[in-house]
Amino acid sequence: MNRHSVSAIYRFEMARTRRTILQSIVSPVISTSLYFVVFGAAIGSRITSVEGVSYGAFIVPGLMILSLMTQSISNASFGIYFPKFTGTIYELLSAPVSFFEIMLGYVGAAATKAIIVGSIILITAAFFVDLTIMHPFSMLVFFILTAVTFSLFGFIIGIWADNFEKLQLIPLLIVTPLVFLGGSFYSISMLPDLWQKITLLNPVLYLISGFRWSFYGVSDVNVWVSFAMIIGFLVICSYVVWWIFKTGYQIRE
Amino acid sequence: MDPVISIQSLEKTYDNGFEALKKVELEVISGEILALLGPNGAGKTTLISTVCGIVNPTGGKVTVGGYDIIHDYRKTRQMIGLVPQELHTESFETVWATVNFSRGLFGLKPNPEYIEGILKDLSLWDKKDTKIMQLSGGMKRRLLIAKALSHEPTVLFLDEPTAGVDVELRQDMWRVVEKLRQNGVTIILTTHYIEEAEEIADRIAIINNGRIELVERKDELMRKLGRKQLTLELREPLQSIPDNLADFNLELQAEGSRLVYDYDATQSHTGIAGLMQALSEQGIAFKDLATRQSSLEDIFIDLIKESS
Repeated sequence: MNRHSVSAIYRFEMARTRRTILQSIVSPVISTSLYFVVFGAAIGSRITSVEGVSYGAFIVPGLMILSLMTQSISNASFGIYFPKFTGTIYELLSAPVSFFEIMLGYVGAAATKAIIVGSIILITAAFFVDLTIMHPFSMLVFFILTAVTFSLFGFIIGIWADNFEKLQLIPLLIVTPLVFLGGSFYSISMLPDLWQKITLLNPVLYLISGFRWSFYGVSDVNVWVSFAMIIGFLVICSYVVWWIFKTGYQIRE
Repeated sequence: MDPVISIQSLEKTYDNGFEALKKVELEVISGEILALLGPNGAGKTTLISTVCGIVNPTGGKVTVGGYDIIHDYRKTRQMIGLVPQELHTESFETVWATVNFSRGLFGLKPNPEYIEGILKDLSLWDKKDTKIMQLSGGMKRRLLIAKALSHEPTVLFLDEPTAGVDVELRQDMWRVVEKLRQNGVTIILTTHYIEEAEEIADRIAIINNGRIELVERKDELMRKLGRKQLTLELREPLQSIPDNLADFNLELQAEGSRLVYDYDATQSHTGIAGLMQALSEQGIAFKDLATRQSSLEDIFIDLIKESS
């Protein structure tokens, strides 16, 4: 393991975050606060409670998953795509580092940043609503696993993409709709029967459900199923990354 | 002398079927400056990229310092610094940050004094806190060299380092190259400026159509292929070359008004004195004379013509 190389990539990526602090930290916090104002205060005042949890508090886990996923994906995909775009990837390829170490640097930095943003959102949320975390350990596991898994996913997107449009395609067309339809802002028990069944096909539902269980002990599906799902994603993404490394797909001619 | 880089039957065929390298054989001697010359699309950059690990070879074997570039890639890449042809740089990083990043990426502990030395050598020290996007093209080129030197390589690849660079910078660059060579760094450079190869290289390799056509010591090459020519502009045109001049290798040009003498300038007896004497005995007067040595460029063009 080439310690200095991994830490060089990691620090380089974190420096980019510091340079773009407005865009990377402040903007997710502002948009989340807006969700609280709109959903929590305006709409929430009419819904009062979902499954015994005040609506404002109910949406916190969903909002955190939303920003964890979008942040992880955009950070990791942009991080590895940008050197391909500017051509500076020549340096990564000619350095004495393995693909695994390159991945570790980029995914580690993307996950760290997502975790920072997620934590800030949690703290921001505490100003708006009463938060309880019934299962802190489980909450931490879901928190970290989501950040890592979707950073891996973003890394894959960044390698696959050969233009900026492709870079935005999957987050915009697949991930965001899945998060919104996966029960970030509602419990699936509020849906008609048919839609409840369809929603069960949405993998993000399991993440949000498990994460919400860690907070309030209420869930749409069994928490172990949620846990199995996130581990499943992690395994799939790791396998794809491994395959990319093995074949040099989109990286090495 | 042991080669520091040994390339055996190296082949590269791209996905689109283009054969960029066809059984390339090349040995680079430790401490030398090797100039790799070739027309566009000859395979220069593919060859360099393969040795550096950016392009996967289709076949063949390359060792650097005795280590295989595939199996011992960490050891070989540690030894190599690469200055790419294109100005691939970040934009928002500072000069100082990016050069230190390069060193870290190559697995070395920070060494600010060393980096300071490189930046000073390349006249970049006063720009160390400048963002890369604010640098001129020539400055970016220097920066790429600084990045390539940041991990103290023993082999340096310069892919067209002086393309689009002004005279002053070019001289700066050769000073740095000379200093590196004195420190025992092996340098492989590709260039379009043949005079440059002529000026600084120890050996010349000519690559064309994915094949190495020739590898030779520069002075040897110049001697073998470098002929000299003496051209005399005559006062009165000649119908034919007089008999007593038949022993000289002469040619009559421009309807007899020009006499061209081919000779080997490396011989101690060039025959020029004899020719002059014979001319005056014949009463052949001339109004002007010029000598011309075939440059590496002529040699290069001849070779490329022959092979294609």
